[in-house]
Amino acid sequence: MASTVAVENLNPKVLKCEYAVRGEIVIHAQRLQQQLQTQPGSLPFDEILYCNIGNPQSLGQQPVTFFREVLALCDHPYLLQRDEIKSLFSADSISRAKQILALIPGKATGAYSHSQGIKGLRDTIAAGITSRDGFPANADDIFLTDGASPGVHLMMQLLIRNEKDGILVPIPQYPLYSASIALHGGALVPYYLNESTGWGLEISDVKKQLEDARSKGIDVRALVVINPGNPTGQVLAEENQYDIVKFCKNEGLVLLADEVYQENIYVDNKKFHSFKKIVRSLGYGEEDLPLVSYQSVSKGYYGECGKRGGYMEITGFSAPVREQIYKIASVNLCSNISGQILASLIMNPPKAGDESYASYKAEKDGIIASLTRRAKSLEDAFNKLDGITCNEAEGAMYLFPQLSLPQKAIEAAKVANKAPDAFYALCLLESTGIVVVPGSGFGQVPGTWHFRCTILPQEEKIPAIISRFKVFHEAFMVEYHE
Amino acid sequence: MGRKGLDYEDLNENVKKVQYAVRGELYLRASELQKEGKRIIFTNVGNPHALGQKPLTFPRQVVALCQAPFLLDDPNVGLIFPADAIARAKHYLAMAPGGLGAYSDSRGIPGVRKEVAEFIRRRDGYPSDPELIYLTDGASKGVMQMLNAIIRNGRDGILVPVPQYPLYSAAISLFGGSLVPYYLDEEANWGLDLVNTRQSVAAARSNGITVRAMVIINPGNPTGQCLSEANLREILNFCYQENLVLLADEVYQQNVYQDERPFISARKVLFDMGGPISREVQLISFHTVSKGYWGECGQRGGYFEMTNIPPKTVDEIYKVASIALSPNVPGQIFMGLMMNPPKPGDISYLKFATESKSILDSLRRRAQIMTDGFNSCRNVVCNFTEGAMYSFPQIRLPQRAMDTARSAGKEPDVFYCLKLLEATGISTVPGSGFGQKEGVFHLRTTILPAEEDMPAIMSSFKKFNDSFMEQYQDYSKL
Repeated sequence: MASTVAVENLNPKVLKCEYAVRGEIVIHAQRLQQQLQTQPGSLPFDEILYCNIGNPQSLGQQPVTFFREVLALCDHPYLLQRDEIKSLFSADSISRAKQILALIPGKATGAYSHSQGIKGLRDTIAAGITSRDGFPANADDIFLTDGASPGVHLMMQLLIRNEKDGILVPIPQYPLYSASIALHGGALVPYYLNESTGWGLEISDVKKQLEDARSKGIDVRALVVINPGNPTGQVLAEENQYDIVKFCKNEGLVLLADEVYQENIYVDNKKFHSFKKIVRSLGYGEEDLPLVSYQSVSKGYYGECGKRGGYMEITGFSAPVREQIYKIASVNLCSNISGQILASLIMNPPKAGDESYASYKAEKDGIIASLTRRAKSLEDAFNKLDGITCNEAEGAMYLFPQLSLPQKAIEAAKVANKAPDAFYALCLLESTGIVVVPGSGFGQVPGTWHFRCTILPQEEKIPAIISRFKVFHEAFMVEYHE
Repeated sequence: MGRKGLDYEDLNENVKKVQYAVRGELYLRASELQKEGKRIIFTNVGNPHALGQKPLTFPRQVVALCQAPFLLDDPNVGLIFPADAIARAKHYLAMAPGGLGAYSDSRGIPGVRKEVAEFIRRRDGYPSDPELIYLTDGASKGVMQMLNAIIRNGRDGILVPVPQYPLYSAAISLFGGSLVPYYLDEEANWGLDLVNTRQSVAAARSNGITVRAMVIINPGNPTGQCLSEANLREILNFCYQENLVLLADEVYQQNVYQDERPFISARKVLFDMGGPISREVQLISFHTVSKGYWGECGQRGGYFEMTNIPPKTVDEIYKVASIALSPNVPGQIFMGLMMNPPKPGDISYLKFATESKSILDSLRRRAQIMTDGFNSCRNVVCNFTEGAMYSFPQIRLPQRAMDTARSAGKEPDVFYCLKLLEATGISTVPGSGFGQKEGVFHLRTTILPAEEDMPAIMSSFKKFNDSFMEQYQDYSKL
């Protein structure tokens, strides 16, 4: 009997899509990790160091105490009736939990909510956006999702009708974009970020790519911008953002603004400006530009990846289109309630004067300061090595160094049937246990090679990582020396 | 470029085709009325906690401790948490490096998947492989992933029961496939009619459709019927003969209100059958924390288990799961707890067992109250709710009502349900949202309103129904 779900009978779009962040290298690393457990001492290292994924708490980053206090009380509201909690929880976390529960019909955190998320929590988020931007946000424009990724999928589903519908995506990009475009059967229209100018975005380049695609019969529907960038870490200059917005308006594109790293900024000379703020600062209203802005609880200083909390704010869409967005969201009923609560907390954290403010601020500042130091240490270390150049990580959680690989290495990679940067990453893994993601997983200018390494390993491990990496890299370059 | 922004005309046609009545017109109207101050009883979705069912205590204690592990370090924690909840929280935190805040393995925490496999082994008497169990953000995400993997184009058909839970029709529309209906037999308590099913398949094939999979919902939604072992054997043989993947939605397996047909999993029957069929029929089984007596809809915890799926296909399914990074970790812990609940001898066992039994016993009583209440109306015929959480009465409408509905641009059952809503505040879902035979009308309501509210709800319904019938009575027949 021929198998109906044999690989050859699967949806070709599923077969086509790829996602390197948890791809081949990572699967191999997991095998090696098993090997370390069953045969200790059998490898030249004694632990696997996962630098492949923006998953801070898996590497020891602590959650923000206030947020967890509130979430625990919302998970088990019965606690609020017990006097003993006064010695276990801060007073303001108790009052915040009560306030949040009052927003939930019946205080039932186990019930499906409104498909856009609990109204009161959306009000809180809207107020947070308003206070951040100085321009009003509306609870009805907010859709709470299980992480930001489902919101990206939803828009791709909406926008892509067939393989002739194109989405402009920065290269290098976070491969959720390439994967979701492939999965929904569209065309990825790349626009290259300029490595020599700190991964800058040139509107003239974007326009050229747009026109090129159109001349090939592609109907370009949207522009994705990731700010701060992933894997590249650059924070867009405000003028750049104005250009992008005007460009989208003139070309009739939907602007998809991935802003999940908005609270990861490590340089003093750059600030995060939301695209919503930029759009409104230009005097553009609901009639002028469709914009989807994504935020997540997974990043920032909170790093709550496992909670799957996030939202998209949709503005500039007509009522019939909004109804379709709502309809698709409703098929999944709603996102997880705990994640919704957390999304409201990150957009409305403790303020000066609150009991928990001092400890909250210390935790937050500590995490950001540490990320800033780690970004710098790793960047400097990479730049010291011959054959590696590394742009500064202005924001996000990654470094994306460029490798100048000798021809012999490139040939060895070919023999091994791997992209040169994948070959390098595999050798790195097998010598040192360090897991990075090859640049080919993100896209890069053809003929250039990179890898993405997170800045997340604990600070005390960084020197060891740097020295192990150095030993490996120098040996690699000697081995494949022309 | 002339386009201004994004117009409705420019959207993906498949998106426009999607319908999901559970949160459609009736629900939106009910929400509007609620905003205007009307008291609404939402019986449109299986959402127990929204209607007053309390969460079970033990899981909430465990997850709260996992959420705030600093509690575990406090000497006073034992004052408000029982020792076994504390131990269990430590058990899950040990399984999840980085705790609740880290992405887990994209398939779910291995330790939790082991607990799921153990549950399946205990339930069915056959071993289960944790590597083939994937945790998801609710069962619906797993269903979507599977259908997306199977459906290549419009000529790929999926056999779906009618009436069905409209996630299936919505997903098939979204992924551009073809829904191949097989009608359940209302006169035989919504029983399976394999003759009809074979006819559907033949008709689809003659239209150039490749039928790829068969969905069964057991216990049924909206219909509640529980499949017998003989039914399941028939279905598995059928899938074997016709080369179909069986998608077994078993989310209501703990909601069974009669004793003649207890729940048996499709997997157990498959393995009982033995021989080549047990090694070749491809099966995906779905479960959730949203239903049963847990009713933890808001946690979005679910899993699917793959049986006889080729390894390369499993790799592709893993790849798609990895794009979503990981299911939410608290939901995974709820699933672990459901699969591995307190046992006799545990400190929390008595309370847990009492809470659980009370909910299930009450659901059983409410299933009966509702069925009887509907059947006491002259023009209403309601099959008994053997399982799940719904009642799906057939409403016989007079011709004048149907004509009035149609001239108002509405399906008769939508019209009836809107009138019911406006008169009583009871928010139901019209049968057309689930599929039904031409000219036969139903509505779906849940059996979830609090037991003490049931008599009032049923009498409110009866009062409305009788006055509706009075109003639209066919006088020519008198």
